[in-house]
Parts: sequence; C-alpha cells; structure tokens
Amino acid sequence: MNNLIKFPKGSIKKVSGQCIVLRGDDIDTDRIIPARFLKCVNFDNLGDQVFADDRKERKGTHPFDVDINQGSSILIVNKNFGCGSSREHAPQALLRWGIKLIIGESFAEIFYGNCLSIGIPCARMSELNISKLQKEVEQGPQENYEFDITSKILRSKSQSWNTLMEKGASEILISGEWDATSLLISQKSKIKSIAKQIPYLNYFEFDID
Amino acid sequence: MWELHSVKKLQGDSTQLFIGLHLVHEVTSPQAFAALEEKNLNVLYPELTYATVDHIVPTINQKRPFLDPLAEEMLMTLEKNCIRHKIKLFNINSGNQGIVHVIAPETGLTQPGMTVVCGDSHTSTHGAFGAIAFGIGTSQVRDVLASQSLAINKLKVRRIWVEGALAQGVFAKDLILHVIRELGVKSGVGYAYEFAGPAIAKLSMEERMTICNMAIEAGARCGYINPDETTYTYLKGREYSPKGDDWEKAISWWRTLASNKDAVFDDEVIFDASQISPTITWGITPGQGIGIDESIPKKECLHPNDQQIADEAYCYMNLKPGQPIKGLPIDVCFIGSCTNGRLSDLQAAAKIAKNKKVAKGIKAFVVPGSERVANAAKKEGLDDVFKNAGFEWREPGCSMCLAMNPDRLEGNQISASSSNRNFKGRQGSAQGRTLLMSPAMVAAAAITGHVTDVRKMI
Repeated sequence: MNNLIKFPKGSIKKVSGQCIVLRGDDIDTDRIIPARFLKCVNFDNLGDQVFADDRKERKGTHPFDVDINQGSSILIVNKNFGCGSSREHAPQALLRWGIKLIIGESFAEIFYGNCLSIGIPCARMSELNISKLQKEVEQGPQENYEFDITSKILRSKSQSWNTLMEKGASEILISGEWDATSLLISQKSKIKSIAKQIPYLNYFEFDID
Repeated sequence: MWELHSVKKLQGDSTQLFIGLHLVHEVTSPQAFAALEEKNLNVLYPELTYATVDHIVPTINQKRPFLDPLAEEMLMTLEKNCIRHKIKLFNINSGNQGIVHVIAPETGLTQPGMTVVCGDSHTSTHGAFGAIAFGIGTSQVRDVLASQSLAINKLKVRRIWVEGALAQGVFAKDLILHVIRELGVKSGVGYAYEFAGPAIAKLSMEERMTICNMAIEAGARCGYINPDETTYTYLKGREYSPKGDDWEKAISWWRTLASNKDAVFDDEVIFDASQISPTITWGITPGQGIGIDESIPKKECLHPNDQQIADEAYCYMNLKPGQPIKGLPIDVCFIGSCTNGRLSDLQAAAKIAKNKKVAKGIKAFVVPGSERVANAAKKEGLDDVFKNAGFEWREPGCSMCLAMNPDRLEGNQISASSSNRNFKGRQGSAQGRTLLMSPAMVAAAAITGHVTDVRKMI
C-alpha cells in the first residue's frame, strides 16, 4: 500500500504508473471491501483492508500482495467489476491502496459512478484486448504506462491501446467537475424553482397536459 | 417524471436531477456529513431527508451503549449529524425504526412519481411504487444533502413482461431469482428494469418490493412498476401519505404517471410465471440459481462466459456438478432483510413453521424488517409461532444479510437465507456459504434440516 496517497484533485488529464492485473468476472464490492470494515466513520484505514478475505485466502499470492505490484496504480479487470453494494468504501479502499485508474471489460453502474465521483477514471476495452493487455502486464509488470483522458489511449513504451470512455465522463475529469458539489450548488435558484413545481411537494397541484 | 425533476443538462449524457426523497443510514452517511462540514455547507432541504439506523444494530441486546464500540460510534455520529442538520431520525424504539427500504414504504414516505435515493444499492425497492429510485455512493449522498440534486445519466428501459400467475408455494422471490438466473447478473447494466404484465399486476405491494429490490442483482440500478389500485390502497392512511383533499388530488396525479400502453421500450423480455418453480441459488452470485428439482449445473451445460465463475462456485460452495440441490444439509436459517423482512414474508414462513419443530442442530432466526413489522407480527402471534417451533425471534435490522452486526456465519457454515446476496464472505465468515431462497423455503429448510421443496409442506 502507498503510504503517501496523492488524492485526485481538480482537472485529471493523464494517469501514469505500473499496471496490476486482477482476473475474474463479477468481482463484487463485498470482496473489494468486506462489510465488517464498513464499521468506520471515515475512509482512512480502508487501504490496508482492500480485498482482505481474498488476500487472506491466497496467502500472499493475491495480486495486491505480490511484491512486484506494490506501487502500481492502474488496475486491469474483467467483466462487471464492482457489482453488488453501493458502498463507496470499495473505490475509496482501492484509491487508498494506490489505484488511480481502472481499465476493464465492463463495470457495475453504481461502482462506476462512485469511482468517477472521487476522481478514478474507468475505461473499457474489449475482452480480447483486455486479455492481451493482461498477458503483456504479467510478462513485464514493471513497465510504465500512461493513460491520456483526452485521446483515451493507454500507452506503454512498445504498445498503445485504444479504450472507450463515455464522453461525459472524460469531459468532467478534464474540467475537474467530477467533484460535482459546487457545480450542483451553483444551480440553487433553479433547484428552488423546481421544488415549487413538483406536485408531491406542493399539495399535489399540477397541470394536466 | 424525469423531465419534471430535471434541473439542468450537464456535460455528456448527464442531467442534474432533483431528488424528492433522500434516505440515509449510519453506514454510508458519516463521511458525507463530514465532507459537508469540511466544505462549510448546509443541508439544503433537511425536510426531504429521513434517517434510520439498520445495518449495525444488534438484534439481541439493543441497550445503549451497544456492546460493539464501533457500532455505538456509528449511531452516535448519525444522531449528532441529524440533530445538527435538523434531519428526522427514526431511532431505535421510536416505533418507526427498521431497514431503510422497509420503513420508507410502510410509513408512506415512498410515493409514486418521486425521485428517491439512498446510499444503498437496494434503493431500487422503492421503484415498486412507480418512483424513480436508485442507490448512490457517499459522495453523491454529500451532493444530495448540499443541493437536493445529483448528476446522473438517463437509463435505458428494459420491460420484463410476466404472463400467467405464480403457482402455490412459489413466491415473488422465486420469480425474481428466476429472472436473474435467465438474464444474468450483468444484464441490467445501463438499464432500469420495468416489471409489468398480468403476473406482476396480481402481486401485493410487498411482493412487488421484493421484485424491485433485487433488480440491482441483475445489474439494473432501478426497478420500476407502474402505480395502480394496489399501490393506492397500500398507501391510503399511512403516516406520511397525503391526507384529506390532497389524497384525491394525489391519486389524480399518480394516475397520469403510468407508462402508456403504446410506450416503446429499449428492450423487452417475456416470462411465464406459471412455469417457475421454487428457485434457489447454489453459487456465489445471485444469477447462479436453479429450480428446486434441478441439480447443480454441469460446466459443459453452461454458457462459456459463465464457466469460470461456476468453477469458482463449485470450489467455494463445496458442491459437485450434477448433485441435486434438494436434500442439501443446512446449518443456519435466516428470515429477514430488505428483500423479505416484511409482514407477508413472516406470515408465509410462519405458515410452514406452525406446530412444527426446527430440526436438531439448526440455528434458525427471524429478524423483522422494522419495528412496525415486528409489532404487527406480534399482534398476530407470529412471534410465538416461531418461538414455539424453535426459531429465535429478534429485534429489527439488516442482521445477517451482510453481517455488520453480531449475527454471522461461522467457518464454512451454509445458510438458507431470505436475503439478496450470496457473494463470498457476504454473511460474515470468509468461508461462509449462502443459499438464497424465499422465506417459506427457508422455514421449510429449518424444519427438515435440509433444502426442501416447500410445495410439499403446504
């Protein structure tokens, strides 16, 4: 685990670092961070607890325990990563371990949104390319990769990989609006006027079209 | 409904959506309140947020301070945040405490046409009322507290049309487990699942909640069912339901909400309820379900995409391909959760348990979904039915659905559970094994000590 975590802030245009491969479909948020570690009022200690049960079961051979992967920041996964519970503790735990970018075949929706809202980009690649990339990383785990949010290309010294990322996601990462609170609050007057039009907040007065 | 709540079009496909009802609990809210304070922000509409405590509450001794200091700290933090921000808290012994997805509907807070969010994936439950309801993460909880709105992409809609009717001994839980088995746990990503058709129309509100609750287990962030007379009858007279003149006006508005007969859906699938048998999961995802008369599927019979997770499941569950599920011995029986912790669930289980005894060596317990459910059940004497049969009768909470309180599996115990997730380690032991099924099926397993076809016990 990284002792000094640099939390994402403002505009995110590039992410670079070593890749770490975690194979398997449907890796759920209970596995990423088991529920007993949710008994906390802050996220501070979650980095040590990420994949706690899987790591214990694999006695030091889990990718997050292997020496060569320490300090990695780009997580490569398969299908439906992060399914299950809405716990933001899952991406928070990954972030605190050192993950800054996730590339996979597909992501569960709430997990994907949670990642975006804390500044972890999630990009998609085909099954075939993920499989090729996973092999490349396993053969040269110390290779440095750089991901460019604008072009959505992941580059190593020898290779480049196209990824998919929805337009809205890349735009807010680049503009810094992934940290949405101030953007949302800036619409306060519009929010208040909507609240005055919604029937269930206004004694069910409504216009029939 | 979406347009009515749209504040602003944001970048990409995203919309700033106004939220009509925000529910919070002790697990996913403390960091959100802390972030508000860090940014020196207030809660914009405290009257549109309601809080309860459910995940960490012990179900045996609820005396404060809780024996678990971490659980106590979480509740104290919630209490402090609710006082400070003037948010209504349904605390223990208030008469309204319970699992967030049980109490909001039963108090009449959840209504058709609303946008409902909560830092909890099973918020899809509230879609059973014709609301747009979905789970959010803690950063979004912060955003909703601060702005009563959040940024979200509009979802595509897949209509799940269910013909026919459920046979006797087959429940809403079996229907949704069957749907997830057929469509898979990734099928709903990017979709809201709208359930409709004759079989759905016949379901009670509690059954509809079970269906929408588990839409998320198919990957769909929202479940949805059009409001109808069943919905209005359920809501009438509840604490937060519209009253007097407002009631009639509310019904006229709610009637305008249902999707049109000629509405076009992004996708549609059709099921026949009469073909569904009691369904039960054998593996480590809610999609790994089979009918009670079937055997653990052989790898070669599965779709190539499902084979790797099946291998993992055979190994983790210690089950062999080809082995029948019926007769599999059980260690623990759990009746409760936001999926199946409501009065009708306890009634269905009590019918099976009545005048019978829990099999030797089985630990069986019932956790009502809320204080209201517990009181209503006691009024009918269901607590005695369960206790006389050898079940433990507990206080309300999430309990062993996710085992954040003292209720948990030990070692590689195997549970028959009326909850919603059978993930590895979900019920509190890293080797613990979960079989998901209807509450009546759990009761049947408790009586016989093994997986049993509840239809034979009716």
